[in-house]
Amino acid sequence: MLRLILQRLGFGVLTLFAISLLVFFAVLLLPGDLAEAMLGQSATPEAVAAYRAELGLDRPAVVRYVEWMQGILRGDLGTSLANQRPIGTLVSERLGNTVVLALLAAAIAMPIGLLLGVLSTIRRGGWFDRTATITSLAAISLPEFFIAYGLVAILSVQLGWFPAASFVKSGASLLETLHGLALPALTLALTIIAYVLRMTRAAIVNVLASPYIEMARLKGVSPLNLILRHALPNAASPIINVVILNLAYLVVGVVVVEVVFVYPGLGQLLVDSVSKRDLPVVQACCMIFAATYVLLNLAADVLSVLANPRLRRPRRVE
Amino acid sequence: MLEHDIDANRRRILVAAGASTLVGASGLPLSAMAQEAPKRGGHLRLGISDFSTADSLDPTKLHTQFENNIHWLLRNNLVEVGPGGKLIPELAESWSASPDAKTWTFKLRSGVQFSDGKPLTPADVIFSFKLHLGDQTKSGAKPFVSQIAEMKADGPNTLVFVLKDGNVGFPALTSYAGLFIVPDGTTAFDKGIGTGGYTLAEFQPGVKAVLKRNPNYWKAGRAHFDSIELIGIKDSTARANALLTGQLDAYQAVDPKTVRLLERNNAIRINRVKSKAHYVFPMQVDQAPFDNPDVRLAMKLAIDREDIVKRVLGGFGAPGNDHPLSAAYPMFLEGMPQRRYDPEQAKSLLKKAGHSDLRVQLHVSETPFAGATDAAVLFKSHAEKAGINVEVVKVPEDGYWTSVWNKRPLVTSRWSGRVNEDVILSLSYTGDGIKAGWNETRLNDDKINGLVASARREFDEAKRRQMIGDVQQRIHDIGGSNVFAFADFIDAVSTKVRHGELSGEWMLDGARAGERWWFA
Repeated sequence: MLRLILQRLGFGVLTLFAISLLVFFAVLLLPGDLAEAMLGQSATPEAVAAYRAELGLDRPAVVRYVEWMQGILRGDLGTSLANQRPIGTLVSERLGNTVVLALLAAAIAMPIGLLLGVLSTIRRGGWFDRTATITSLAAISLPEFFIAYGLVAILSVQLGWFPAASFVKSGASLLETLHGLALPALTLALTIIAYVLRMTRAAIVNVLASPYIEMARLKGVSPLNLILRHALPNAASPIINVVILNLAYLVVGVVVVEVVFVYPGLGQLLVDSVSKRDLPVVQACCMIFAATYVLLNLAADVLSVLANPRLRRPRRVE
Repeated sequence: MLEHDIDANRRRILVAAGASTLVGASGLPLSAMAQEAPKRGGHLRLGISDFSTADSLDPTKLHTQFENNIHWLLRNNLVEVGPGGKLIPELAESWSASPDAKTWTFKLRSGVQFSDGKPLTPADVIFSFKLHLGDQTKSGAKPFVSQIAEMKADGPNTLVFVLKDGNVGFPALTSYAGLFIVPDGTTAFDKGIGTGGYTLAEFQPGVKAVLKRNPNYWKAGRAHFDSIELIGIKDSTARANALLTGQLDAYQAVDPKTVRLLERNNAIRINRVKSKAHYVFPMQVDQAPFDNPDVRLAMKLAIDREDIVKRVLGGFGAPGNDHPLSAAYPMFLEGMPQRRYDPEQAKSLLKKAGHSDLRVQLHVSETPFAGATDAAVLFKSHAEKAGINVEVVKVPEDGYWTSVWNKRPLVTSRWSGRVNEDVILSLSYTGDGIKAGWNETRLNDDKINGLVASARREFDEAKRRQMIGDVQQRIHDIGGSNVFAFADFIDAVSTKVRHGELSGEWMLDGARAGERWWFA
């Protein structure tokens, strides 16, 4: 098991290296650089040259990449080209915000999704199952911004229960934070619940078709017990996978929700930095996103193995 | 000396402004509001659409509205621009010029302190201006400061500027965003040290800034709020929602489509101000087919300006007249006939020029202004009636200013207002403007170059008005600028907020709302 984890971590580091190269040179392919992007209409050749010289953008890209890599190996993310602030602090605040929102959304969505998934298999084909199927498909199909604006219009503008914008206040209490984050968390939860529900249902239904379930049923096991004790453990693997992949999505894919709710997360920082061609910040954000995926995928695999006794001990050839 | 002239000038501007600046504001009548005495206190929250994580407090790197607003809370200029373009003495108490407008003497206000306790001296002003000079600078104020040949202190409160060439508009130039006065020798600007009405409590670039009132502020009758929060909000719907639910007290850049909906709410007032900002399809006059004056005129006759103002600006603007000045500029030429949509005349002009089936490419992106693509497509349909085939080429928003604007023969562009007529005309309509990289139409007309240069040295207001008027007429006649609209600035504010007459230099009362407004 330990070997598996170490091996996967090794591959993860290689993946991150490849991604850093890809991102760095992909940003270079975009038209213009930071000097031109910052100056906009006032990008006279003189001002652009002064900007480039100050930031060292006139040096070859390979040199800049190697310097960046040396910094990373020392644990130094560097400073933002655009505002000369250390990227470490810039990113850590935003990452903190993103993680809080992701965890809150997951805390709402995962239990509800699992529960609804199990319930709809128990009542498969019944009105509950059909309602759940239709609603979840609708929630998956609706774009996030639509759900977000809908929630704002009803819960904020009409009823006044929650704030429309999730401004982050320094020194806010836990309750204030939760209240402020209610709408973005709910928006994200609504899209995720649907995925988790559909996946849970599909996984269990799949298992329910196996002969051992039929055996259990013939033995006279109650429907609830059948699903909870016999089917669910064997359906765990795919469910763990969808839960974890959705967690990753919550960390990396929520720019639209951040914009609608004015929430300063990593996504907005990345978009802003790409449009300004602020390469070190883009690199830092992408590395965090990539590492999130690598680590969560690893976690998914490890948990799947742990959940499945047959995989826990590798088969030995006698 | 010549202060008398300048005063007279100022008064006239005031009168013009009273007539034209404020178009309409729902809620309280403004006259009643202006009479109410300002009250101290409260926490003002302003929503700002234009900001970036790259925002800084460095006066030489000024790119967003967020930066304008925060700078004018923290710092002052020598001269302030009030409503209607009126010049108000700020850190300079008064000024006077030599008859050739080359030597300017500014009297500095005494007893002013920076927020770190240091007193204001002429050395601070000289240092602040020099930041914008030299090969290393990235400052947009460089063209203005470069006009100065020499700066020297004359005693503890007097500053003498010797210009390379006479410029009667020099005091106005010192009001430029960027020419803020910072303490001599500042190398790190992020503490926001200045002489302004507020001090910096918290600044997260790309998110928000919090400011506290400066208890020692020198300016009387200003800086009424205890604290101010500037919040960056990109999404216009999110700005509207935040105001509707009481999370903001005001925001700028209201989407014209939402104005009618917001007006239904009794707790919200829409502030609509005539601005100097214009939208234009510039044609490069040195590129075929636009090197032919008849083709240029035909293009300008083949656009229905009213239609674009109605559909793209939601009616919140005025049709342009193919030159860059609006009524918000004091020297706007009154009475010049408005060029109208006339496809038939355009057709006959093109026939005369031998371009009966004219095909042109119009490059557009949403970078210059929201709705640029719609404007281009409308122009295409208007021009079809004149037999002109306008091919609308949509290009990416990123890199638009550097790789498309000023490169392609026909593009889409936007100009925010400039502090006076001389700046906008010399920047974008003269030979010098071509060298500086700002003249988007490459118009290099001896008559215009000469008139702009002479007007800059002319103290006599009537003569200057005549010259600037001639320039407007000439650009209208022969220029490559298809100026189709002037956009109004639209802010939405809570009815709890009070203010006097509003400035049209920038949104939110010339980006000085925090210093000028108060709560009822």
